[in-house]
Amino acid sequence: MSEVCVIIGASHAAAQLSASLRTEGWEGEILVIGDEAYLPYHRPPLSKTFLSGEKTIEQIQIRPAAFYEKQNIQFKLNTRVEAIDREKKSLTLNTGETIQYSKLALCTGSRPRILPLEGSQLPGVHYLRAASDIEGIQSNIASGKKAVIVGGGYIGLETAAVLRTLGLEVTILEMMDRVLQRVTAPEISAFYHRIHTEEGVTIKTGTAIKAIEGNGKVESVILDDQSRLEADLVIIGAGIVPNVELAEKAGLEVDNGILVNELATTSDSDIVAAGDCTNFPNPLFNKRMRLESVPNAMEQSRSAAASICGKEKVYAAQPWFWSDQYDMKLQIAGLSEGYEQVVIRGDYEQGRSFVAWYLKAGKVLAADCVNRGKEFMTAKKLIQSGVTVDASKLADDAIDPKELLQ
Amino acid sequence: MPIINYVTHDGNQFEADVDVGKTVMEGATENMIDGILAECGGACSCATCHCYVDEKWGQITGTADGIEKEMLEVVNEPKETSRLSCQMTVTDEMDGLVVHLPESQY
Repeated sequence: MSEVCVIIGASHAAAQLSASLRTEGWEGEILVIGDEAYLPYHRPPLSKTFLSGEKTIEQIQIRPAAFYEKQNIQFKLNTRVEAIDREKKSLTLNTGETIQYSKLALCTGSRPRILPLEGSQLPGVHYLRAASDIEGIQSNIASGKKAVIVGGGYIGLETAAVLRTLGLEVTILEMMDRVLQRVTAPEISAFYHRIHTEEGVTIKTGTAIKAIEGNGKVESVILDDQSRLEADLVIIGAGIVPNVELAEKAGLEVDNGILVNELATTSDSDIVAAGDCTNFPNPLFNKRMRLESVPNAMEQSRSAAASICGKEKVYAAQPWFWSDQYDMKLQIAGLSEGYEQVVIRGDYEQGRSFVAWYLKAGKVLAADCVNRGKEFMTAKKLIQSGVTVDASKLADDAIDPKELLQ
Repeated sequence: MPIINYVTHDGNQFEADVDVGKTVMEGATENMIDGILAECGGACSCATCHCYVDEKWGQITGTADGIEKEMLEVVNEPKETSRLSCQMTVTDEMDGLVVHLPESQY
């Protein structure tokens, strides 16, 4: 019997892993099992061009159906894996069917953190993770409607930008003292707060939602100070949690993600894992991390595919992220955690183009670049090389970023 | 359907049929052509789909501007003919286009 590699999950990691298996020389069958209705699609556009209606689901597919046919990559969509039996090397599906595997890849991703809120079951309350969530939101948006967004993270801010551009009245509720508090410096939070305010979005920081009310559908939200906001729709963006339950039930090691090594292999040598669901050692940082990003899913999948084919491709990548809001592209290079100093280039207080460099011991750890493609590319190289930089040059807009590399 | 020719840094040439409306980047990733990573999937955010447009074709593909141009200044070995392949949408006029791929996207 031919060998079978089964991939559980059908998103970014699965799309890359299945393709990379062929590049690495896997000749056996490849079966991807996903619980959504669609072939793998790009998730970042969900809160951007897909929500705005500029792009259709076909246009955001990672690869077309013909690609998978040509590479002999099979899909079982609308299907969930209920259990993994590692001894028998078999999977039980929600359809009752049992499937054998030779090698298994867990690309189970993550899911939105559910807020246990009174009224959160009402029609008009949405989470934002999958295309189907967006389709639900789209059926409920029209100019002049009132949207309340719970959570001032990237998803919340991007969604606010699109809905505002479509003419809705938008309020963002953020529990912390500032938006993006978990992920950025106060300067960046202040910048996005100002931009959204300029665009007509209301931001309430230090404000928690207590309940959602309505008769048959959302009509208002109740805040922790007992005040009431009218709402036609509520979108909750309160972070994500990794889907580790399947791995955990199967006895794989799990700790804030499925534990894998630098080759993306789990505690079972026939099982790899990649993407949001994993907790992996990053040799560049000498520590374990779990990242929620597309580049992470893609690059780790290349390592996972190599491991399945008996090769060693160490995953050691500098994390990076991006976020598009209004006319601004934010590109983030590196991880700012542990920074000692923030150096700003450009005018974040009035303009729409600047860089925040995060330094530690004179070296660049990370950079948040708003409409600054050149600095973003420069930051990636500075982080990679680990050279000591002159902070005054980083701050000086008259100095070409390329000079920083010399 | 236009044919796009991808030439790797070591001189191997791959021919791909690419639908009008797709990008030159998608033509590469959908045909398993190594050398184009496209980490951001075409959002003009990562510059890992860098290529050099063959000089004869520059007029037809046009030149980079905005953030694409900015990022291209700091890729490895930038040239006058550098483009991000995700920012070039294939048209009928591009039938026969030749793009050269860099040795590394990092």
